[in-house]
Amino acid sequence: MEILDLLMLIYVFVLAIFVGFELITKVPPTLHTPLMSGSNAISGITIVGALLSAGAEEFAISTILGMVALIFATINVVGGYLVTDRMLKMFKKK
Amino acid sequence: MQIVSYLIYLIASVLFIFGIKKLGSPKTARQGNTLSSLGMFLAVVITLFDQRVLTFEYIIIGIIVGAAIGSVMALKVQMTGMPQMVGILNGFGGGASALVAFAEYFYLIDHAPNLEVSTSITIVLSVIIGAVTFTGSFIAFGKLQGFVTGKVVKYPLQNLINVILLLAVLGAGVIVVLEPLNTINLYGIVAVSLILGVLLVLPIGGADMPVAVSLLNSYSGIAASMTGFVLQNNMLIIAGALVGASGIILTIIMCKGMNRSLMNVVLGGWEDAGSGEGAGGDGPKGDAKSVDAEELAMILDSAQSVVIVPGYGMAVAQAQHAVRDLTNILEKKKIDVRFAIHPVAGRMPGHMNVLLAEAQVSYDKLFALEDINDDFNNVDVAIIVGANDVVNPAARHDQSSPIYGMPILNVDYAKTVVVNKRSLNVGYAGIQNELFFYPNTLMYFGSAKEAMNKLVNELKEL
Repeated sequence: MEILDLLMLIYVFVLAIFVGFELITKVPPTLHTPLMSGSNAISGITIVGALLSAGAEEFAISTILGMVALIFATINVVGGYLVTDRMLKMFKKK
Repeated sequence: MQIVSYLIYLIASVLFIFGIKKLGSPKTARQGNTLSSLGMFLAVVITLFDQRVLTFEYIIIGIIVGAAIGSVMALKVQMTGMPQMVGILNGFGGGASALVAFAEYFYLIDHAPNLEVSTSITIVLSVIIGAVTFTGSFIAFGKLQGFVTGKVVKYPLQNLINVILLLAVLGAGVIVVLEPLNTINLYGIVAVSLILGVLLVLPIGGADMPVAVSLLNSYSGIAASMTGFVLQNNMLIIAGALVGASGIILTIIMCKGMNRSLMNVVLGGWEDAGSGEGAGGDGPKGDAKSVDAEELAMILDSAQSVVIVPGYGMAVAQAQHAVRDLTNILEKKKIDVRFAIHPVAGRMPGHMNVLLAEAQVSYDKLFALEDINDDFNNVDVAIIVGANDVVNPAARHDQSSPIYGMPILNVDYAKTVVVNKRSLNVGYAGIQNELFFYPNTLMYFGSAKEAMNKLVNELKEL
């Protein structure tokens, strides 16, 4: 990776943090727990990296690491979205 | 094909952003979560078509095992156990990021022996942050679950040891960047980072867990972003940055809710915190008036406006359903009932709201501190269920109090204050609460669930 490539990635990172701040300050305190579990599920996006490592053609140490990473990331993604849905289902106004 | 996958990744990123945006209101929140999960699904599917993915055995095993564990956890966990659940999910996310970076390192040194400096820097950062998040989250989980002491843990040279370990990790990181092929250094970084995660969370007291869990949430996001740098994938960077920002904002809100700096919380905070004894001896004394269920029912019967203040005690006693029953019967008697929720009530941000939602309390009855605090003058009865430090008036006037300056719910301005508690013991901050001895305060002793049920029965008989 060239240093210029890295800079482009840093651009995206910094701008995304600003977007995140704007969005999240608007989430009301009553939804802070689902916000945590839901955003937590999003951080399971490393599942993409885990798929790349676990799906490599030849068997190597990186394949095993990838598979363990895949298990962890899938727990994070599936568990996170399901539990958030379970919570949000309960928020009702009478 | 790469163009297609980049476009799909862009769509997924947009779905994540929309998903969080829709969390801005309880009405659209569930839809937002679905959009976000759709984004994740698209990202996973398109990645399966990546040219690097050639075999599927390990992928299938990984996804089946992970999905089974994840869904069992999500469907079995009780709402009172939500802080632990989020804690442990953070840990898995952080662990996955560290492992991906580690795997990518081995993949790269096999395929392109000359690791570029920027790649190795991001690998090192990803491994460090991911590993710290991993063990740190499991310690947080242990503290919340009671496997690990909830007390503030202090030991000699604590900060010095942490600083040395951190410098050692960073030093080893520099060596990895300079000599990428020397794998032993990366193993060293993993090991020390894992220890660092334990040591950083261990000193944090049980009631400070809202801060710790928020902070770890932020770390897990940043770890995902770092993995995005390693893979040069913008979607990972965006998703991780959103989570990182969310965790930081919640951390700041929690610290403000306690009027403490992040450093103070992270380094173990109050001297007597969580010890259960502390300054109780020289605190305010006097006669606390106690009240029984029958008498209290009569007081409530003649009230017009009631505010309930829930705290961690309500969660421990699983009293949210009993509190809901109380709300219903009071409303039947045409009494206005609202809930006042302190930002750090419970063990994670929004903990009380989720419990009350589970008990089917309408969310428009739940008020944040700043929305209800000016109104306590007009409240007839404030009922405190399992909260303590967050209603201690000493925070407003007693400069010698460790909680001085912390924003509190001004329950003492209500005409009558009823405190439901098992005993007169001190709260987490280790200080006696002068509220208990105020002339307008009545102590209603008993475990929250039984006490509320008894009160509901008395009200039914009136």
